[in-house]
Amino acid sequence: MTDSKYFTTTKKGEIFELKAELNSDKKEKKKEAVKKVIASMTVGKDVSALFPDVVNCMQTDNLELKKLVYLYLMNYAKSQPDMAIMAVNTFVKDCEDPNPLIRALAVRTMGCIRVDKITEYLCEPLRKCLKDEDPYVRKTAAVCVAKLHDINAQLVEDQGFLDTLKDLISDSNPMVVANAVAALSEIAESHPSSNLLDLNPQSINKLLTALNECTEWGQIFILDCLANYTPKDDREAQSICERVTPRLSHANSAVVLSAVKVLMKFMEMLSKDLDYYGTLLKKLAPPLVTLLSAEPELQYVALRNINLIVQKRPEVLKHEMKVFFVKYNDPIYVKLEKLDIMIRLASQANIAQVLAELKEYATEVDVDFVRKAVRAIGRCAIKVEQSAERCVSTLLDLIQTKVNYVVQEAIVVIKDIFRKYPNKYESVIATLCENLDSLDEPEARAAMIWIVGEYAERIDNADELLESFLEGFHDESTQVQLQLLTAIVKLFLKKPTETQELVQQVLSLATQDSDNPDLRDRGYIYWRLLSTDPVAAKEVVLAEKPLISEETDLIEPTLLDELICYIGTLASVYHKPPSAFVEGGRGVVHKSLPPRTASSESTESPETAPAGAPPGEQLDTVPTQGDLLGDLLNLDLGPPVSGPPLATSAVQMGAVDLLGGGLDSLMGDEPEGIGAPSFVAPPAAAVPANLGAPMGSGLSDLFDLTSGVGTLSGSYVAPKAVWLPAMKAKGLEISGTFTRQAGSISMDLQLTNKALQVMTDFAIQFNRNSFGLAPAAPLQVHAPLSPTQTVEISLPLSTAGSVMKTEPLNSLQVAVKNNIDVFYFSTLYPLHILFVEDGKMDRQVFLATWKDIPNENEAQFQIRDCPLNAEAVSSRLQSSSIFTVARRNVEGQDMLYQSLKLTNGIWVLAELRIQPGNPSFTDLELSLKCRAPEVSQHVYQAYETILKN
Amino acid sequence: MIGGLFIYNHKGEVLISRVYRDDIGRNAVDAFRVNVIHARQQVRSPVTNIARTSFFHVKRSNNWLAAVTKQNVNAAMVFEFLYKMCDVMAAYFGKISEENIKNNFVLIYELLDEILDFGYPQNSETGALKTFITQQGIKSQHQTKEEQSQITSQVTGQIGWQREGIKYRRNELFLDVLESVNLLMSPQGQVLSAHVSGRVVMKSYLSGMPECKFGMNDKIVIEKQGKGTADETSKSGKQSIAIDDCTFHQCVRLSKFDSECSISFIPPDEEFELMRYRTTKDIILPFRVIPLVREVGRTKLEVKVVIKSNFKPSLLAQKIEVRIPTPLNTSGVQVICMKGKAKYKASENAIVWKIKRMAGMKESQISAEIELLPTNDKKKWARPPISMNFEVPLAPSGLKVRYLKVFEPKLNYSDHDVIKWARYIGRSGIYETRC
Repeated sequence: MTDSKYFTTTKKGEIFELKAELNSDKKEKKKEAVKKVIASMTVGKDVSALFPDVVNCMQTDNLELKKLVYLYLMNYAKSQPDMAIMAVNTFVKDCEDPNPLIRALAVRTMGCIRVDKITEYLCEPLRKCLKDEDPYVRKTAAVCVAKLHDINAQLVEDQGFLDTLKDLISDSNPMVVANAVAALSEIAESHPSSNLLDLNPQSINKLLTALNECTEWGQIFILDCLANYTPKDDREAQSICERVTPRLSHANSAVVLSAVKVLMKFMEMLSKDLDYYGTLLKKLAPPLVTLLSAEPELQYVALRNINLIVQKRPEVLKHEMKVFFVKYNDPIYVKLEKLDIMIRLASQANIAQVLAELKEYATEVDVDFVRKAVRAIGRCAIKVEQSAERCVSTLLDLIQTKVNYVVQEAIVVIKDIFRKYPNKYESVIATLCENLDSLDEPEARAAMIWIVGEYAERIDNADELLESFLEGFHDESTQVQLQLLTAIVKLFLKKPTETQELVQQVLSLATQDSDNPDLRDRGYIYWRLLSTDPVAAKEVVLAEKPLISEETDLIEPTLLDELICYIGTLASVYHKPPSAFVEGGRGVVHKSLPPRTASSESTESPETAPAGAPPGEQLDTVPTQGDLLGDLLNLDLGPPVSGPPLATSAVQMGAVDLLGGGLDSLMGDEPEGIGAPSFVAPPAAAVPANLGAPMGSGLSDLFDLTSGVGTLSGSYVAPKAVWLPAMKAKGLEISGTFTRQAGSISMDLQLTNKALQVMTDFAIQFNRNSFGLAPAAPLQVHAPLSPTQTVEISLPLSTAGSVMKTEPLNSLQVAVKNNIDVFYFSTLYPLHILFVEDGKMDRQVFLATWKDIPNENEAQFQIRDCPLNAEAVSSRLQSSSIFTVARRNVEGQDMLYQSLKLTNGIWVLAELRIQPGNPSFTDLELSLKCRAPEVSQHVYQAYETILKN
Repeated sequence: MIGGLFIYNHKGEVLISRVYRDDIGRNAVDAFRVNVIHARQQVRSPVTNIARTSFFHVKRSNNWLAAVTKQNVNAAMVFEFLYKMCDVMAAYFGKISEENIKNNFVLIYELLDEILDFGYPQNSETGALKTFITQQGIKSQHQTKEEQSQITSQVTGQIGWQREGIKYRRNELFLDVLESVNLLMSPQGQVLSAHVSGRVVMKSYLSGMPECKFGMNDKIVIEKQGKGTADETSKSGKQSIAIDDCTFHQCVRLSKFDSECSISFIPPDEEFELMRYRTTKDIILPFRVIPLVREVGRTKLEVKVVIKSNFKPSLLAQKIEVRIPTPLNTSGVQVICMKGKAKYKASENAIVWKIKRMAGMKESQISAEIELLPTNDKKKWARPPISMNFEVPLAPSGLKVRYLKVFEPKLNYSDHDVIKWARYIGRSGIYETRC
């Protein structure tokens, strides 16, 4: 009996039949039926109609049946959210099952069901499972936190799961540690600014210990996480490297590559004089070579990475040329990559071998491969001067084969050889000219035309040759047209007498009959040059050209450094930064190599400078293509050959941006983003960066106001300040303030619609904060907010929310949602809204407490320019729930002893010194004592606010 | 991380589809089929990016396994995982054919649920998985509480690959040293390049959780451990070999290897690859090929090839095959050989000479006359190298297993009670002689 029969049922009325079987009493029949349902699901049939029947099978003690039902649920719960609720009870029950496998299964599956209603019920079981006695349950729960975060990030933070997850990093079981690391790394990626993975020497040590014990996959998670750490100095870097190197002998290539990543990154911090640096370099080569005996797909990944490594540190593999020789039965993608690396490793020492190989490859069958091999021969000639002559003769041999694409490719590279070694190999021009007719690719035609123009004086029939191209001028590609124009102008300057007509012809073709602005402009430039000052024209057009450089296709250094940080990942396979192919905010964080420590030698500076510089400047949200393009613009466009590879890569990235669905979010607020997508920061990343600063300044303005709006019945209320400007929130402007009246705190909000669209569906949520402030009721905006309309709302607050210490202590992060989007802002609340009404302390208790609190906790402040007497001060403070416990007069100074209590039960004791009747000395001296000294500063601010308004 | 995993048959029909992440939609399944499986041109990379979604694929007997993601995942890990996935499936139902996949789809879903959680690979060792995958093998619902916790601690523990509580009446282990020797030799008999890539495969039938220690004649290992008398080191130094690089199965304690050069591990209860290694120095070349090609005029070639076996006379090489390439314009071939059978295969442009068995320190010869059609092709015949295949019962790298000690403190059997077998097999990799 096999399962394949389930795939074959296609008759009508099938659903009905299945329904009957699902409700059968027999377990076996039920199981069969569920299997059929899953088979239909796999091939894409809609079996969601069976939802209730399948869910009914869930309550079973048969683990096999349970797993099947769960599989079904994961697929269909989203389309039937109301039905999915039926399953919740079983899930919750299963999370308590004595069998750890069932507990884990339940929590794992629940996390996969992305239905809000289910998510609510997930929190409690998840909390328990995170602390389960069984490691299997814990490791599953750790991943579940990442799942939940993906559905509802806020909920995860509110519920404090992140802290529990952090605790799991110290778990006794290595697999739990590994999964916790994986989950935290992923969550941290979507909050680039948060310090979630708080890596410090202690936690690094824990990770390194777990590294020795966990599964191969766990080792990868941990190594990838380690790579994000920046050691504080070269000694720490070295000690981590020492503990990571054993991983290089792991059979799993991914473990090896991730270890290589950590080593490559941390090596940056080591001084090259160090013995250890040399040892490490030697240790890197053998495992990299071993990767080449893996399966072909992995070889491909390894080769793409080796390509980066060889560019960054050529010394690692300089003796390993032979292993990159192409094998007959390598897949084409492996062959092409090997070829690339061979050229990078080519040097005087091994050039003979390399050339012999390349010549061999040039006779293979695969067109792309042959072309690349021919091109490689040319590149060897440019790179290793001693070999140039042999390369040229090899190329000529290849041209003799008359194989069309080989000839064309050879001509393209010979042009480059001419540019590198002028006046050396021109004797071959005659052979090249013989093949003129067979050239049908633009690049080859352009190269040939360039050669004819450049050496016009040596080619007798240069004018005829060029004229023959001119006949089909408009059918040529732009590349050829431009080249032809330049070549004919060169020819004219060299042989003015015979070619006047020809040059006239090409200039008029370029300027009058062409739609291409580049061609037209170049035509005009030449025309004007020739007509105004032929001598100058000669100087410009026939100027000596700079020699081309050896390496024309190196990856731009800052990009290379970034890619080194991504060894093993897709970015290193594509040779593009993640932002070029990953949507949204994820992975947009710009990674860079750690700067070398101060002890390292200064000769290194040209290499390290680009690596070290970016992090400082790049902190604001400029995406990586931005600086790539910036570099491009600064690039001296002297040697044309070095231009194209960079330019195309940038264009490709732009193109990817355009194609991706990520654009619609960009278009929402900035239509000009379409023109230059690579310059627009992704909105997700832009929001947090823009927070804070304007808010902060708004608030300080607020405190400078001296309008005195304080009310008598409750504590002081500051005037409303703009918290969220309309331009940041698609037209919604929010201003507000905090009040405390008769023991209840509220947030008074004023919402203004400055958009052209009606706003509805308002909701508000707070991030966890120091005093557990949370909305006590939903944000109720009864009628839709039409354009230009303003509403005033008083939102009651409670202090029963979950607590997380914020920095500064009194900051509050708020998210407001409406039908348009979700907006975030942060604000500071005055501490006195938290002073409770029963904050008056008994005298005796006050004295005892004052003595009891250590003197280190005492903080002194001055309240300047406050010309009030003791009574006024006392009454004003009392209205804000700061109570005077006792009053004393010492040497003409009034001493007030005061107490107050915060909502979370923290007492603050104060001693206030007033010098009445002394108009020249109006400062008050305030000493605060509290068991939690960090609140003192804010209490002082509250004093100042109350007394000055 | 991995967002989804699909298995297609050769036509591009979906056999298995499991989506782990919300960002992967059903259209991803079709995107891969249209752009890769049905692509007109051969796909030139195992990683494809279609509309910002990346697809990793491997092919197994005409079926496509594809992992999908929208994030910057660890690419090496994804491929390693796909291979592992294949291994696990093969361990459960043999060949990864369309039929087998359809027959076991429920099992595959269960496995996928277990070894990949939210796209993160979890324990994927077959030995451990078999303890709690319900579709086949042990039934979970009848387990006692101790058994359950044993399973979970084993699945998550430090030795995830070994089940607890295994008992064998006869404790036995098999070690296979499998090497493939690669050679490129010039016509004059000069070695241009030679290397051996070897594997040590172990199959163990040992009770409990035995601690094993493996010793071989690697130079570094011996030097590091041979703190004995100078006499001893010099003796073993003669026979020791230099290993360029080696990798180990995850059961081997790598940090111990790094610090003490000792290979210690608790083996999984199945066949597994203990280590892989590479050597390039002092390789024993089991065969030497001496070619002699003479052009007699424009239409005739005389070829004489001698092979010499270069190992102990008591050993027998098997499955010997010599492939002598012939020019494209060959019209007829006459062959005479002393031993085995030789045939001209026009479709392969080669003379194939097969010998079933050959002892060490022997020599054999073939001579052939090749008639050529006259051509006006100026290009000379490139003379591809003569290649050879064989199997010999020795390790061409010279690697020797010195010991494999077994310690099981909890059960009462000692190292002496374990029956141990070791076998050496050397095969030809790419073994070519230019002519």
